[in-house]
Amino acid sequence: MDRVEEKAVAAPAVPVPGLRVDKRAADAVVWLLLLTAPFWLPLIGGYVQLGSRILVIALAAMALNFLLGYTGVLSFGHAAYFGLGAYGAAMTVAYIYPSTPLAMLVGVVVGTVAGAVIGPLITRLRGVYFAMCTIAFGQVFYYIAFQWSSVTHGDDGLSGWYRPPIDFGFATLDILHDGYAFYYMALAVFAVSAAVMAFLLRSPFGRTLLAIRENERRARFLGIPVDCHIWMSWVISCFFASVAGALYALLNNFVDPRALRWDMSGNFVIMAVLGGMRNFWGPLIGTAIFIVLQDYISSHTENWMSFIGLFFVLIVLFFPRGVLGMIRRRSAS
Amino acid sequence: MSQLLLFNVFNGLIIGAFYALMALGLSLILNLSGVINFAHGGFLAIGGYLAYTLIPFVGFWGALILSPLLTAFIGLLIERVLIRRLYGRDPLYGLLLTFGLAFMIEDGTRYIWGAQSLPYQIPGWLSSPLSTEFFFLTGYRVFMMVLVAAAVLALFLILSHTRLGLRIRAGTLDLETVSTLGVNVRVLRNLNFGLGIYLAGLAGVLAVGMLGLQPTIGDSLIMPSFISIIVGGLGSLPGTLLGGLLIGVATGMTTVFFPSASEAVMYVLMAVVLLVRPRGLLGEEGRF
Repeated sequence: MDRVEEKAVAAPAVPVPGLRVDKRAADAVVWLLLLTAPFWLPLIGGYVQLGSRILVIALAAMALNFLLGYTGVLSFGHAAYFGLGAYGAAMTVAYIYPSTPLAMLVGVVVGTVAGAVIGPLITRLRGVYFAMCTIAFGQVFYYIAFQWSSVTHGDDGLSGWYRPPIDFGFATLDILHDGYAFYYMALAVFAVSAAVMAFLLRSPFGRTLLAIRENERRARFLGIPVDCHIWMSWVISCFFASVAGALYALLNNFVDPRALRWDMSGNFVIMAVLGGMRNFWGPLIGTAIFIVLQDYISSHTENWMSFIGLFFVLIVLFFPRGVLGMIRRRSAS
Repeated sequence: MSQLLLFNVFNGLIIGAFYALMALGLSLILNLSGVINFAHGGFLAIGGYLAYTLIPFVGFWGALILSPLLTAFIGLLIERVLIRRLYGRDPLYGLLLTFGLAFMIEDGTRYIWGAQSLPYQIPGWLSSPLSTEFFFLTGYRVFMMVLVAAAVLALFLILSHTRLGLRIRAGTLDLETVSTLGVNVRVLRNLNFGLGIYLAGLAGVLAVGMLGLQPTIGDSLIMPSFISIIVGGLGSLPGTLLGGLLIGVATGMTTVFFPSASEAVMYVLMAVVLLVRPRGLLGEEGRF
């Protein structure tokens, strides 16, 4: 009950008039950085594959944020749809036909359909209850991938297959041996996905989602079918999560049940929170920080889990608004 | 066949009792504080490892009494330092913090006691079967069942007959009014968290006799505990108990006919409950 009151008190996200130009400039900077990343990443100690990984995981975190930051619904089980996309893509290449577009298509269909089927069961629930059910349903696919070892190779994961080059008819893009080619393929998918999400958020549909986030009861009184909108937002979110998952499998030429596990879901949430849930680019920034940190810590200490755990705790205690949330707050005051 | 079925039903009941013991602790904390304690499995592991360390000094029975108390004490400290800061905030932050805590506890136990499975001695007279016909009725299993039943009974008696229990129940319904009536809500939530963690510690001491002792011991029990709460109904402790036993028995029965689906059956059960009765079997309407 008191949760509803809280939401009513929270200040609505009113666009500040003077910020419009800044926002465009920020968009331009983000795209410029992403387009040139393979060239400046090695200069500062990174590598191209790290850039691809950030891009792919960031897409998943942005997909989650569509639900978390813009609809105000907490999913703690998005790894399931991410992982289904990954398994769909991996199994297509390994068992059916070696084609990257087909693999992507199958992965996305599998993840989205699973999300659409599970959606009606949970969209009636709210708050903690919703979060708990997403966690529990998320684990279903983990167990299936783990148990069904004749097809998925269980805990060892599905390996021994390689992402096929993309054949355009007039030219082939060798994404397997050329790291740059894969990066730009992933960037193209990322760009289209981000553009579609931004378009949806700016449409009346997206505004309706914001209304539900700000005050569900009021939205209901206005005649908005709230459950139906949450379901749609959920499916859209699952769709983009499975796009990211399919790319993730192709990136690694490998998939294992850990892609589906609850700790992956938790990582997506912390990335969105770390960057700033109320900002479109927040999850991208959060992902970049998280992945670089994880990469660094896990190569320097065996007890990386403690550090990641501590990182979670510190963010919640001292940094709950995330990087962009802090910046925006500073500039507003 | 009938003996096999009986064996698995009994086994399911034991597993279900564990799920229920874990889930009751989770439920207590969730009802009063609104925090989903992801680290509950970690506290279970702490309970088990403390018992392992204590046994050489105080013996099996001493460890059985001391270890859950020590675990609860650690729980009280963590509540004071960390969990307390989450009250009244978006449930998102509670999940993230306890999630990080679960990571830290798992890694910490691995650091202190090592990653490999440790041997755990239970008294000899407890590990022998009680009768040749029902070979599966080892003393330890019966003992566990009795102990879990006693713990659950004690919990319900505390809740229904003591002042603390009354306040916890009242706080679950309306914490603000309880606070206005002069109850120190901070202390109440602290004690309630400790009580929940005590149950996790107790489950830990008992579980190691069955599952072996390793840092990830809580992992296999945390999801079923969530499902017990969902199936039984959020906000209802008898519901949580029922949910735990129900999915335990369902898992046991499925093992007889279709072993590889024994994990899946509880998710199916959850899906059916959510479809037919979204508030759970004994949950109140309109609470969530």
